[in-house]
Amino acid sequence: MEKTKELQQIEDQFQTFQILDEEGKIVNEEAMPELSDEEMKELMTRMVYTRIWDQRAISLNRQGRLGFYAPVAGQEASMIGSQFALETQDWILPGYRDIPQIHYHGVPLDQAFLWSRGHFMGGQMPEGVRVMMPQIIIGAQITQTAGVAMGLKKNKEDAVAITYTGDGGASQGDFYEGMNFAGAFNSPAIFVVQNNRFAISVPVEKQSAARTIAQKAVAAGIHGVQVDGMDILAVYAATKEARKRGLEDNGPTLIETLTYRYGPHTMAGDDPTRYRTSDEDDAWEKKDPLVRFRKFLESKDLWTEEEEEKIVEQAKEDIKAAIKKADGAPKQKVTDLIGNMGEDLPANLKEQLEYYKEKESK
Amino acid sequence: MAQMTMIQAITDAMRNELKNDEKVLVFGEDVGQNGGVFRATEGLQKEFGEDRVFDTPLAESGIGGLASGLSVTGFRSVMEIQFFGFVFETFDAIAAQMARIRYRSGGVYNAPVTIRSPFGGGVKTPELHADSLEGLMAQSPGLKVVIPSSPYDAKGLLISAIRDNDPVVFLEHMKLYRSFREEVPEEEYTLPLGKAEVKREGSDITIVTYGAMVHASLKAAEALEKDGISAEVIDLRTVSPIDIETIIQSVEKTNRAIVVQEAQKQAGIAASVVAEINERAILSLEAPVLRVTAPDTVFPFASAEDVWLPNHKDVVAKAKQVIEF
Repeated sequence: MEKTKELQQIEDQFQTFQILDEEGKIVNEEAMPELSDEEMKELMTRMVYTRIWDQRAISLNRQGRLGFYAPVAGQEASMIGSQFALETQDWILPGYRDIPQIHYHGVPLDQAFLWSRGHFMGGQMPEGVRVMMPQIIIGAQITQTAGVAMGLKKNKEDAVAITYTGDGGASQGDFYEGMNFAGAFNSPAIFVVQNNRFAISVPVEKQSAARTIAQKAVAAGIHGVQVDGMDILAVYAATKEARKRGLEDNGPTLIETLTYRYGPHTMAGDDPTRYRTSDEDDAWEKKDPLVRFRKFLESKDLWTEEEEEKIVEQAKEDIKAAIKKADGAPKQKVTDLIGNMGEDLPANLKEQLEYYKEKESK
Repeated sequence: MAQMTMIQAITDAMRNELKNDEKVLVFGEDVGQNGGVFRATEGLQKEFGEDRVFDTPLAESGIGGLASGLSVTGFRSVMEIQFFGFVFETFDAIAAQMARIRYRSGGVYNAPVTIRSPFGGGVKTPELHADSLEGLMAQSPGLKVVIPSSPYDAKGLLISAIRDNDPVVFLEHMKLYRSFREEVPEEEYTLPLGKAEVKREGSDITIVTYGAMVHASLKAAEALEKDGISAEVIDLRTVSPIDIETIIQSVEKTNRAIVVQEAQKQAGIAASVVAEINERAILSLEAPVLRVTAPDTVFPFASAEDVWLPNHKDVVAKAKQVIEF
């Protein structure tokens, strides 16, 4: 396709925002966010922890002890960096892969495991934790985010709503509808597209004629930015700015993070060798978010191997404890599920409840 | 008391709830300045402001998503789908999302959303405006589906729907909007959801129906009366959940029943009613329960509507078939 000059001009405006390069060097000093040494160490801690969690989750899944799981390795900077820019009062509307973000927003590990196992207590968000249940329908969370953001604004709260989807999600009608609604109502919403290059197996090049996903913001009349999604500082800075923009009544933001998932789409039988090459995997692993941020922190004498080792051990222990706790959750009953069908049960459900009470008492 | 059309009663119910609860919001396509394509929201934006009564972009899925999102921030949405044939655009937002919020969150979140929408044949609309799609909704767990047949019922049921803490699909038959007026109290009142009303008592046959077909059935009952057949007419008012108790009580008295719906035969509600009667009162029956429905085609092009739609004559004929069985 030969693109017109006008279109080319729009696309050319969307250059990748980066602060930290693959070698762990700051390449964009003036964009450097204000983060204390402790905060930067916390970012690294969370990425290391999440990487270990991912490895353990994959292994638990293979042992049949976890249930549904969508691997996250490779996407840690996009996930951890964007969530770190939020405040407790902000809402997260996640997709099914976005479990690290909701964990750091207040959802305990054992609850995340219960959600993976398909236990209703996995969706019972703790009091004060502003998180929606991970969304399965690609894009449904995006229009809901426009609603949450509108509600926050109507309530005059100092808070934003953030949602996550992937490159495939940006093809859904709901993606555009959600951005367009938030723009039309000038609501404090942040739409994060983690472009990990593949919607299960279909490459992003086949999703759209657009060179970037970020430029889709233009159609909705909102701000869009493409960020190096393997650079946690850039992701953090872009989200922080988007949050500020929302709170200052300057509208929603679309953030596209360029990232990669090292593992399969989910643990339910996806085989990435069917749709991508090991050369591509290698090229992306060179951009690894942990490697580059570790180099950066080491260059500032903020990180040691011993420290990292401690985090790895802590993560393993926490996960073990969380699985044990999840194992102790009460057996899920159909009677519990019936009870959650509505505030008042109609006659048909009351009748069915009696039947299952009897069936489950045996 | 005032004489109101159904559309006026609906506006009155929304006005009442906008006054009653500051968390109630009314929105949809053309509902603001324009007051809705049927004027259901006439004057509401002026009275309550653009913050509470507002136009949305033209995107039904977005409207549904908006309502779900507003729910978790404490709002009570009354969203309008301009014509119910457009519901396919927002089926996920309704049946897969807001209907499941309570279930998916283990009771932590809920979606107090009322989905108002005009539907129903006889007014010669273009395609995908008039379809009776209540069966699809009724088959979706987590949704209540209400269809009023009169101005009085519309007000009381809509206030109950708005106050309900779970999603309610509230379908307004276009033919009934302005076809007649009746006494409607100006003060607030509620009618219970999930409760049918016996519109006419009778002893020979039960006619179970809802929406515009209530009127066809009442007219049929008058005709049957002249032939010495006493028909009881039950208006379901809520088609999900169905008030089985009222139906069974009646059938046990009359020993015969037909079910009348404007929707196609394959589409839901009547089949459910027949199955419930079979399961609970088959030994009371003197004849099979038959259905009066539209045929299983796509809703017809406007010029074939009058023949396609069931009418009181179809009801009379079917009732006699059951009586003479």
